Amino acid sequence: MFNKTLAELARGLAKGDFSSVELTEALLTRIKTQDSRYNSFISVTEAEALAQARTADTRRAAGDAGPFTGLPIAHKDIFCTRGVRTSCGSKMLDNFVSPYDATVVERFNAAGAVMLGKTNMDEFAMGSSNESSFYGPARNPWNTDCVPGGSSGGSAAAVAARLAPAATGTDTGGSIRQPAALCGITGLKPTYGRVSRYGMIAFASSLDQGGPMTRTAEDAALMLNVMAGFDPKDSTSIEREVPDYTATLEQPLDGLRIGLPKEYFSSDLDSAIAEQVQAAIKEFETLGATVKEISLPNTATAIPAYYIIAPAEASSNLSRFDGVRYGYRCDSPVDLEDLYKRSRGEGFGPEVKRRIMVGTYALSEGFYDAYYKKAQQIRRLIQQDFIKAFEEVDVIMGPTTPHPAFKLGEKTSDPVAMYLEDIYTIAVNLAGLPGMSIPCGQTHGLPVGLQLIGGYFSEARLLNIAHRFQQATDWHQQAPQGLAEE
Amino acid sequence: MEWEAVIGLEIHAQLATKSKIFSGASTAFGAEPNTQACAVDLALPGTLPVFNAEALRMAVMFGLAVDAEIGHRSVFDRKNYFYPDLPKGYQTSQLFYPIVGPGHIDIELADGTHKRVGVTRAHLEEDAGKSLHDAFPEMTGIDLNRAGTPLLEIVSEPDMRSAEEAVAYVRKVHAIVTTLGICDGDMSQGSFRCDCNVSVRPKGQSEFGTRTEIKNINSFRFIEKAIKGEIERQIDLIEDGGRVIQATRLYDADKDETRSMRTKEEANDYRYFPCPDLLPIVIDQAYVESVRHSLPELPDARHARFMEEYGLGDYDASVLSAYRDTADYFETVAKAVNDGKLAANWVMGELSKFLNSNNLEIKESPVSAQALGELLARLKDDTINGKAAKQVFEAMWNGEGSADAIIEAKGLKQVTDTGALEAMVDEVISKATPQVEQYKAAEPEKRGKMLGFFMGQVMKASKGTANPGQVNKMLKHKLDALCD
Amino acid sequence: MSLDSNDVRKIAHLARLQINDADIPEYAENLSNILDLVDQMQAVDTAAVEPMANPLDAFQRLRADEVTEADQRDHLQTVAPAVEQGLFQVPKVIE
Repeated sequence: MFNKTLAELARGLAKGDFSSVELTEALLTRIKTQDSRYNSFISVTEAEALAQARTADTRRAAGDAGPFTGLPIAHKDIFCTRGVRTSCGSKMLDNFVSPYDATVVERFNAAGAVMLGKTNMDEFAMGSSNESSFYGPARNPWNTDCVPGGSSGGSAAAVAARLAPAATGTDTGGSIRQPAALCGITGLKPTYGRVSRYGMIAFASSLDQGGPMTRTAEDAALMLNVMAGFDPKDSTSIEREVPDYTATLEQPLDGLRIGLPKEYFSSDLDSAIAEQVQAAIKEFETLGATVKEISLPNTATAIPAYYIIAPAEASSNLSRFDGVRYGYRCDSPVDLEDLYKRSRGEGFGPEVKRRIMVGTYALSEGFYDAYYKKAQQIRRLIQQDFIKAFEEVDVIMGPTTPHPAFKLGEKTSDPVAMYLEDIYTIAVNLAGLPGMSIPCGQTHGLPVGLQLIGGYFSEARLLNIAHRFQQATDWHQQAPQGLAEE
Repeated sequence: MEWEAVIGLEIHAQLATKSKIFSGASTAFGAEPNTQACAVDLALPGTLPVFNAEALRMAVMFGLAVDAEIGHRSVFDRKNYFYPDLPKGYQTSQLFYPIVGPGHIDIELADGTHKRVGVTRAHLEEDAGKSLHDAFPEMTGIDLNRAGTPLLEIVSEPDMRSAEEAVAYVRKVHAIVTTLGICDGDMSQGSFRCDCNVSVRPKGQSEFGTRTEIKNINSFRFIEKAIKGEIERQIDLIEDGGRVIQATRLYDADKDETRSMRTKEEANDYRYFPCPDLLPIVIDQAYVESVRHSLPELPDARHARFMEEYGLGDYDASVLSAYRDTADYFETVAKAVNDGKLAANWVMGELSKFLNSNNLEIKESPVSAQALGELLARLKDDTINGKAAKQVFEAMWNGEGSADAIIEAKGLKQVTDTGALEAMVDEVISKATPQVEQYKAAEPEKRGKMLGFFMGQVMKASKGTANPGQVNKMLKHKLDALCD
Repeated sequence: MSLDSNDVRKIAHLARLQINDADIPEYAENLSNILDLVDQMQAVDTAAVEPMANPLDAFQRLRADEVTEADQRDHLQTVAPAVEQGLFQVPKVIE
């Protein structure tokens, strides 16, 4: 049952092969017995999950089931869940039981989904390895000495270890795609504004976007059907019709024009990854696609621009954590300044403090033009690169990451080395485009991710391209060695 | 040395929307602490702002009223600082692209001169909550009901040169926002607040002196006193060889003095940047025109119309047009009696006297505009004379009934019956031989003044109900006849 | 761009973060390295480029002026660290 995809589980529920309660109980047991190896969950919500499963079974019995009714998923612990601790991977919110549901959570609840628990993540989504979590790092199921990637590392690990068939993630600079690549699963970051950010704890507001993390593109389509849509509570949400993402999965790829940015295949790229990506491209050619080299000349400035915009917005977004209305408050503050400084100093971990300080510095008097404004100008140049490229091609492909999963602790002492891991994913967030990572090979027993980048609102096309690839290959069906059997 | 003051004002007007600028919580006054602070107002993790359409419309109304440029693309910025009544750790405001650009306001001074004061800008922002420092011995209590109430911050040019000019400007802004109905103007509740930037310089010098900012002033009278005091303080300081230090000073109305707020060791660094949770506000000309179309008559236009339509003088028209309530009251009276000047005299005279001595606002007057109009109609149609009218007004104020009922009950109807009046006039003349002789002896052109005595006697005889015009005419006729 | 310990203290104060003295040199080094990374931006000519605040260059949507939120004080204050008589408590502030 654990190897089944969401789509297969949905068919099983519909046919009555098993109930949602049976499925949920089995997964909860598996999480209980297996997750000590992966640390992929921060909270397991057993009672709530079983209650939701019972409701789902009742709905189904009454003939009122939708496509998602009774399907178990996990939520990244960045999404606010009413009555359930929402920690964002931080000591700051270790005691925060959210009084309300995020819009994404509401949508899944309305669809009849079952929430198994809340997954591990880098603290406030700041990290590429899950090592900045207050709850300790999640581990990569392919090799538990390796990181699962981040910041949605817990979601990726849980899906790869078959503890949950699917999970939500969020992606500010690659936080869905990079862990998906490192854990050998499928992850989609939608167009900015496609999925509501209400109730998704903000890291960098102009870049954050929630999306699905699944084993297959078909499952990602099922998830996105629930997640996507206009939300009047989010001013940056887009009022635009949501297609049925499962409807166009089977379309043929004949004539698909693929662009390969030469900047994504430079010497920094691990040679094994380069080979696997090239092999995947060949596969697309046999499926009817044509390939041409393109250029995204401002690629190199994406990381510098990102490491101004994201910390600047974060420094302001995280000012609300002050020990006054919720969250961690230091013991016996002597005065207001002491309350602020110790609550924040003790409640935030080092990477969060680093980024708050970078952002504070970048916005401080006299630096706005040189840093934040400059970075926003570079954003436009990066966007223009993509717009120009999409005049010639339908989809851009390349590696998701420059290296496979690295060892725990390998990059923690050097923040800049960690930042450079996001080189291929960050530009997509800066431009607000949809991007996807799908498994396309392995090296040294670790998965390799292929990144697909599309034009604005091309999620259906990306899912279609990924689905056709997954029909022709079996990389997405590979499971880590040593997973517990059913 | 002769000194000149330079004054610029920042006015914060709470906009009279039902809900907050970025959330659906109520803005009503007086609720229990934190019962009108929703998840967005508390800045719970993950919450996001959505902008209130009415706040935008009200800001544009103000911009049009002061003849300002309207920002067709305005942007919300974050002003970052830590304070417990600021839940997000930043105030959402507009620094770089305000909704209202440069405009101007004309003020009139007591000596009748006019002056134009520049409005630099007006921008939308959110109010903070309230810190209650005295509620608990060791702690400060935070009430966030006010957090997120929309504010329009109206910034003037440093164009004012005296406390009198500053107050005239504030009164005019107050008149505009209350006339537009975009702010209730209640200074004691803090819905209309004023910060004053004051500096002095030797007359003739073009550079500005070092300025101080006075906060916490909650009445027109205190604005005048606080500015006057601060100007004197600065001049004394400089003349004694001291230096004005740039600082924020709080006005203490009880002591009638300003005191420096605790000096901050570091300059404020608000780290402004465009709010990424809100998008640029883009409005087109059609929107602006639709707002323009909905504007009520503004104080300046009403002033001109009162002069034109009711034949009022400049001063009367300006007093009566300054406040919507006064203007509306006056117009109701004027229409009821069909005489603008008479209505103006009574609204600015008797009514205003009673309101002042009872400390009432015009909308609280126990004599409604319609009722006053009915009284004045009786005056105008000679049912009663002026003296009786004042008596009737006082009775109406005291709730004794309508004008007609009081006139009837008190028997104040004028005697206009010629026969009765003639009898009274004849009686007076026959009993006042010495005065009649004096009258006859006087030069014809001086006789007019001498009628007063006879007049008084007739009024006395009639207990004040004789029609003064008729009596006057009759006396003149009869006395002149004796002179022939 | 290189930051020294004093710069780190100033920034930490502005951001209201307590940093242990022993950790300051490491922060100074890491922040300096990050600023070196971001300073690569300065090589790009952006003279005529309009800054991009939103990827879709979308406009602000307006909400109707309606009260939609009922009083939820007790529920929302269940997560508050210190509340008395409905007021959030902070150490006494002197103005």
